[in-house]
Amino acid sequence: MTTTFRGLGLLALVAMALVPVLPLGAAQEYIWHVIIQIFLWSFVGNAWSLMGRFGLVSLGHGAFLGVGAYATVLLWNFFGMTPWLGGPLAVLLTVALALVIAYPCSRFQVVGHYFALVTLAVGEVVRLWIIAERDWTGGSLGVSLKTGGTASGLWTLQFADKRVFYYVGLAAWLFGLWVWWRVDRSMARSAMEAIGEDETAAASVGIRVTRFKMGITALSAALTALGGALLALYLAYTNPDTFSGIGVSLRIVFAVVLGGMYSLLGPFVGTALTIALSEYLRIYFGIKLIGIAETIYGLLLIIFIIFLPAGIYGSLRDALFRRRAPRPSGDVPARA
Amino acid sequence: MIEPIFILEAVVNGILLGGVLALLALGLNLIFGVIDIVWIAYVDLVTLCMYAVYFLVSVYGWPLWLAGLGSIGAGALLGVLVHLLIITPILSSPPINQLLATGGLLFFIQSVATLLWSTDHRSVRVSLPTLEVGGIFISFSRLLAFGLSVLAMIALYLFLRRTYTGTAIRAVSQDREAIALMGARPQRLYLVTSAVGGAMAGVAGALLIIQYAVHPYFGGAFGPLTFMICVLGGLGNMVGAFFAAFIMAQVISVGGVIVSTEMGYVIAFVIFIVLMFVRPGGIFAKRG
Repeated sequence: MTTTFRGLGLLALVAMALVPVLPLGAAQEYIWHVIIQIFLWSFVGNAWSLMGRFGLVSLGHGAFLGVGAYATVLLWNFFGMTPWLGGPLAVLLTVALALVIAYPCSRFQVVGHYFALVTLAVGEVVRLWIIAERDWTGGSLGVSLKTGGTASGLWTLQFADKRVFYYVGLAAWLFGLWVWWRVDRSMARSAMEAIGEDETAAASVGIRVTRFKMGITALSAALTALGGALLALYLAYTNPDTFSGIGVSLRIVFAVVLGGMYSLLGPFVGTALTIALSEYLRIYFGIKLIGIAETIYGLLLIIFIIFLPAGIYGSLRDALFRRRAPRPSGDVPARA
Repeated sequence: MIEPIFILEAVVNGILLGGVLALLALGLNLIFGVIDIVWIAYVDLVTLCMYAVYFLVSVYGWPLWLAGLGSIGAGALLGVLVHLLIITPILSSPPINQLLATGGLLFFIQSVATLLWSTDHRSVRVSLPTLEVGGIFISFSRLLAFGLSVLAMIALYLFLRRTYTGTAIRAVSQDREAIALMGARPQRLYLVTSAVGGAMAGVAGALLIIQYAVHPYFGGAFGPLTFMICVLGGLGNMVGAFFAAFIMAQVISVGGVIVSTEMGYVIAFVIFIVLMFVRPGGIFAKRG
């Protein structure tokens, strides 16, 4: 990264931090709302890409998201546990679930298509379980966060002012980027890439395959659960379809692949684009033609994946770097 | 405690459900085995075929059997279209992109169906009798669906075993480089496979519409289950998928009676996950 890039990044960051102070007129609440969602979903996307970039394609991150969100909400609703405690507990619970899945998966070399489909099953298990336990979870109707009389405040992490959550979202997103960057610079990255290429070969040079895989899965699941908890707190409502199952899992993956899963900002670009697109389509068509927005969304996804396989940000960055510095870069793995 | 007779009824219903599930799984597995791509949206093609039968019967007044044939044709056409428009451009892309392209198709089909036909549940009303055998009630439509799926599977088996094209298709699934050297054109075989797989979706659609009401998200109920069955049987392994379908159907049917419908599915998926760890290559794979 050159200094120009760094400067631009800093400038963008300052601009983002200033958004809530800008006079945006009547639509300001809505604009904040959209940006908060972009932050939180990018955070989740980043968490997913920690695994995805090493060939651990999970189609079940909805499971982690769902456990994180539901545990936080239910601990508050039934035990009055503050999200400061409930959130970390939810994350721990999710990590436990992730390890239960990851251990056998790495031990028995469940990879590729099989890994994708096993994780997909895990996502469905969580979704159906939430629906089945309707006494607790409200079933498919979802459950609202019981705010009681003393809703607003640090203790409950509920704020009437959206701007607070804007900064929470921004912080979460930056934290996600930081984690991604740390992983990118670590030894674990090389190890994981070797494992992604050829597990047996990696093991033969002394890389502890199971340990690394479980580690990255636990990290990814923990961040996803945190994202789920924050989303649930922000929306003050969870339901099985927006927080788990195949639909949301696919949406997370789409956004990341659309943006580019091998780059730091790919998930953000992809998420911002998909959310902006679906919001735009929703507003443009309103309640006429129910389903048209989703139709166009689905169509664009197919087209993007066919024509921009490296992702938007990935392709753009490749093009830029190739022009600026024509080096046979080794950090753009276009591997299967 | 649940009376044994209900369990027995659940077992019978499970067998009948297994027939249709096996048909779905075989169609998907055929495509995977030959083209090496999992069509995430496969069951949504079935949904479209169900709509086709619905409209042909209730709007255009076709007899059911003719509409069923129409559904098979529609399925084959859809299979060809999916292959030409979506799969062909991404044949050499990374597997994740291939999965996601068909995943995008899933969103597309579901929302197009919502757009065109709303989220109403639609069913073809056929008044078929219910049989009673020794205190067990068996719906005739399920029995019919089971019988026809078995027939369709036999037809597929004969096609793959006894015809020249079928032999070529089996050869591609064994070694896609060698078959090109043998003078066959893989591209053409892919197209035929997609058409056959699509036609199987058409058969399944026609058989499902006489048992269930169709709505845009119908695929969500059967889709994940179909993948599980394919993986459980071993992706690309036809015989494995066939037996896996019956195992999963039993678990869902009996589990649904003993606990609850959702828990039946939960148990089935958990069994799937556990079996995946014990036998990652499918229940009939040799351990390597």
